[in-house]
Parts: sequence; structure tokens; C-alpha cells
Amino acid sequence: MTEPAIAPAESTSGRGPGGAGPASTSLGGSSTADRIYNGVITLFALCVPLLLLGLFFEVGAAGWPALKKFGVGFLFSSNWDPVREQFGVAPAIVGTLATSIVALIIATPLALGVAIYIAEFAPTWLRTPIAFLVDLLAAIPSVVYGLWGIFVLVPIMRSTVMPFLRDTLHLGATPFFAGPAYGPSVLTAGVILAIMALPYISSVSREVLLAVPRTQREAALALGATRWEAIQGAVLPYARTGIIGGIILGLGRALGETMAVTMVIGNRHDLSASLFAPGYSIASLIANEFTEASGDLHLSALMAAGFVLFVITLIVNAIARWLVWQMAGGQRSVA
Amino acid sequence: MSDLAMPPASSEIPPVQTLRPTTRQRATAARTLATVRRRRAVNVVMVGLLVLSAILTTLPLVLILGHLLKSGFSSLNWAFFTQLPKPVGETGGGMANAIVGTLILVGLGSLIGLPIGVGAGLYLVERSGTKLATTVRFLADVLNGLPSIVLAIFAWNLLVRSVGHFSALAGGVALGAMMVPMVTRTTEEMVRLVPAALREAALALGYSRARTSLTIVLRTATAGIVTGALVAIARVAGETAPLLFTAFGNQFASTALDRPIAALPLQIYTYAVSPYDDWHAQAWAGALVLIVLVLAISLLARAATRSRFDARGGE
Repeated sequence: MTEPAIAPAESTSGRGPGGAGPASTSLGGSSTADRIYNGVITLFALCVPLLLLGLFFEVGAAGWPALKKFGVGFLFSSNWDPVREQFGVAPAIVGTLATSIVALIIATPLALGVAIYIAEFAPTWLRTPIAFLVDLLAAIPSVVYGLWGIFVLVPIMRSTVMPFLRDTLHLGATPFFAGPAYGPSVLTAGVILAIMALPYISSVSREVLLAVPRTQREAALALGATRWEAIQGAVLPYARTGIIGGIILGLGRALGETMAVTMVIGNRHDLSASLFAPGYSIASLIANEFTEASGDLHLSALMAAGFVLFVITLIVNAIARWLVWQMAGGQRSVA
Repeated sequence: MSDLAMPPASSEIPPVQTLRPTTRQRATAARTLATVRRRRAVNVVMVGLLVLSAILTTLPLVLILGHLLKSGFSSLNWAFFTQLPKPVGETGGGMANAIVGTLILVGLGSLIGLPIGVGAGLYLVERSGTKLATTVRFLADVLNGLPSIVLAIFAWNLLVRSVGHFSALAGGVALGAMMVPMVTRTTEEMVRLVPAALREAALALGYSRARTSLTIVLRTATAGIVTGALVAIARVAGETAPLLFTAFGNQFASTALDRPIAALPLQIYTYAVSPYDDWHAQAWAGALVLIVLVLAISLLARAATRSRFDARGGE
């Protein structure tokens, strides 16, 4: 009696090897075709972890000679001298972190603002167009951002933004905004990265905000809260985990971005506190020097730098994904 | 109950009518009013800031696209699509080889990335809930966020170092590796949307599980999977970093897979960082062509999804 009722339920779950009972042998999941099919898709699925493992070990092994030679000093030395074969990536690591932090400081409030606007305030007819425009920012290739950066943003930074920050706002007194305004700089790279990270932070935040139950807002409004208070007190706390995940995801993008940064950061191996100074990021270091590497150790040092970047972004992404999953319940992918 | 909650006697109402608010009550009322005004003001200011951030966010897009159209169109001509790059000092020339190269590289990447991605995505639905599926899903998301320059190092070690020269194949592998995790996740999402009843109906008719998946489930999800594939193609078509030291670029027309090959993003980069005005103009033209290509693919992807949703809504 119960047999026919159970069998379809089991077959849709996609599990239950051998099917349910003798009648299902010709229909269930054990024919030759099924076994081949299962084998093939399992093989394809295995490609994903294999790819990640392959990346990890190959890039790690390629960078090993440099890592072994310079040890921890590789991370903390700022001496990068291909002629004497001395390599330290501290300026590039600092540059990578500095550009990404500048990017997040600029992008986070804007991305959150536009996400909240779309999710809570925008009239229905305006929602899709604005979301589309913001998402379009993610579709622009990074080399186009770089091109725009070189010919439009850098001159604006040099002639207007940097003098304004340094002289008009008197921020030049702090070490962060001191020195001559060349144009290509850590700050300029940070601004470009902010524009590039914006759509990622914004789209994750938007999805997460839209997933907040209506009752959460309505309860706050019913208690007499203004709309902003409802968002601040009831909606944002509910969506906090997911939003933080989105921000860290944007951080991951910013850390690994190569072309646009290479084109506007100035590419100099100097450690400077000023955001106005030209710098280097790990990705731009690799992009610039890889094809012109002078020897095996130089090449190995570049790949070791790549490995450092790989590990940093791996950790950042794992944290971000975990946070977003916590929020979204493990099945949905956002961004 | 009710007589406990309600104060009795209407005789106590008259004193209330004659009561005047005390100074303390007046002060409280004034404070409450001030608080309400302040809260309303904060509300207005915050909503204003939200609108401002929406405007500021769309501003860079308008600026970039505007400048791109202005500078790109003025240097775009027919020769750009038909001629090879000219050496420094000679004006004119085009990026025909780079356009062909990009198509070849993206084709190679798709050949590698699409089957693996779609297969892995199918696995994630068919074996949903198993330990391997959860791991693969998580790792695909993590892979998605990895810097593309790391993939270039990977492809270089795998295919350039051993052979001794750059090749289109290495570039294709780097792009394909980028596509795998993207396609995996979108395929999974799209296949998951196929109603369980369809699958059950096929199984009940005696279809094997493989046949159900391939002819019923996969076919129903085709539009969605195509969308995912197009989005992935649009993204890798504009990538430069994975090609820097794999495909490397080529000033001449080459379609050989074991030789360096030109690509549009690479060419734009080379020209943009060069000191020649003529090359800058070519870079803008190239950027315009590239973005039109990428946006066209993205819009195509959107159109595919929309028609699918319309079909679903009509049912």
C-alpha cells in the first residue's frame, strides 16, 4: 500500500540508490545510462575543487623558491631590487590594502544608500532602471575603467580634487594628504576601485534588504517610527550580516583588481604614508613586471606575490560567502 | 473584569474639564513636539541623502559612457575593423586582428568553461545536499571572487613555461577557468527553477534518470542556462589580466592556437599606456567597440531571461 506513495517522493529527491523495491529496477537510478550520466556530472563537479587545489599548489610551488629564500622578510621588506635579486613586497601589500580601504570608505555609504533607496523608497517604475544602471557598472571591463582613469580621472584629481583636499580643507597637515599632486596615486586608484566595487556591494545589499520580511518594517512603522527610523532600527539590523558579507565581497574584488589599478596607481616601489604618492599593488606589480622578469628568482618572487594575494583574497572571500550564506540560508547565490 | 478596569462614576469627570495643564505638563508637551520635529527632520535629511547617493552612483556611469562615446566615435572608422595595427609613426590602421583574436579566445574559453560549468551545475541540483555538492557550491563561490591575475599565473605555469612561448591556448584556458565557477552557479540556479512535477512526470512515464535530466530538465532550463553562459562570456570578453602573459598579444594577424594572439582588451591596454596620441585615439575606439560587444551580450542575456519569465508568467 505505502510503496507507490513513497517511490515518487524518493525519486525526486535525487537520492536513494537502488530505488524502492523490486519493481523499480528498470525505472530507478541503476541503469547503465544513469551510471554513466552520474559519473560524468560528478567528474565535472570535481573539476571545481580540483581547479582551486591546482591553483593553490601550482602558484604556491612556483613562488616557493622566493618564499624559501627570503622567508618572512618577503612580506615585510620594502627592498625590491631585481638587479641584486633582493625582493620584498611590503610596499605592494600596503598599496593593495590602502587602495582597497580607500575604495571601501568611498563605496560603502554610496552603495548602501542606493541599495536602501531602491529597496525602500524608489517608486516602482524607477526601481528596475536604477538597479540596472548600477549593475551596468559591473559590466564595464576593467581596462575601460583604466583608460578613463588615465585620460579623465587623473587630470581631474591632479587639478581639482587633490589641491582641494590638501589646501582648501587643510588636510595637507596630516601625513595622509601631504606632498605634491602628481595625479597617478594610491588615492586615484582607490577612487577607481570604489566605482568598480560599488555595484557588487550594492547588489548584495539590495538582495538582502529585499529579503527582510515586510512585518519587520510594518511593526516599526506601527509603533510610530518615521520611515528612516524603521530602516535604521528594524531593517538594517536584520540585514546586517548580509550587508557586511556584501562589503567584504566588494573588498575581495578591490584587492584583486588588476588593470584599472595598474593604469592609475603610478607603479612605484616606495613606502609612503601619503595617499597622494604613487604606489604599487600586488596585482599591478605582477601585471607590470611578469613579462619583463630578469631571472628565475624575479619570476618566482612575482609568483610568490601572486600567492600572497591568492591567500588574502581566498580568506576574504570565504568569510564573505559564509556571511552571505548565513543570511540567505545556504542555497541562493547573490552577485 | 470591566468594572475593575473602568473607573466608576461619571461624577469624577467635571474636575477634569476645569483642569489646566501645569507648567511641567506644558514643558513635556513642548519637548515631545520638539522631538517629533527633530525626528521628522532627520527622516527628511536621510531620505535626501539616499536620493543623493542614488544620483552620485549613476554619475560615474554617465561620465564614463559619455566620454567613451565622444572619444570613441571620433576615432572610429571602417579601417578600424578591417586593417591591422600600423607601426608607430604611421597614422591609421585598425584592430582587425584583435577583434578576431578576442573572438577566438572567448570561443576557446567557452569550449572549456561551458561544458564543465553546466555539468557541475547539474550535479549540484541532482546531488543537492550531499557533502560534495555543498563543498563544490562553496568553492565555486570562492573561485568566483579570486583575482583573474592568479588564473593567468596558473595558465602560464601550466601551458607557457613548459612550451617556452606564449599561446592562444593558454589564454583560452585562463578564460575558461574563469568561466567554470560562474556557469556552475548560474546553471544550478536555473535548473533548480524547473518544476519538480515535470521531473516526476518523466520518471513516472518510465524515463531513466539520465534521460529525464538531459531531455526534460536541461531542455526546460535552456533559456536560463544560455543567459548564464552569456553573462559569463560578456565578463571574460572584457578581461585583460588573464591574457597579459598567456595570449600576450600580437601586432600581426595570427589565428594559430599555439602562437601568441592579439586581443581587444590587451590592445587597448598597450595603446592606452603608450605615449602616442594616435594610439590613444585607437584605444578609445577599441574601448567603444569592446563595451558595445560586452553590453550587447549582456542585453541579449537579459532578453533571454525576460522571455523565459514571460513564458512562465503566461502559464
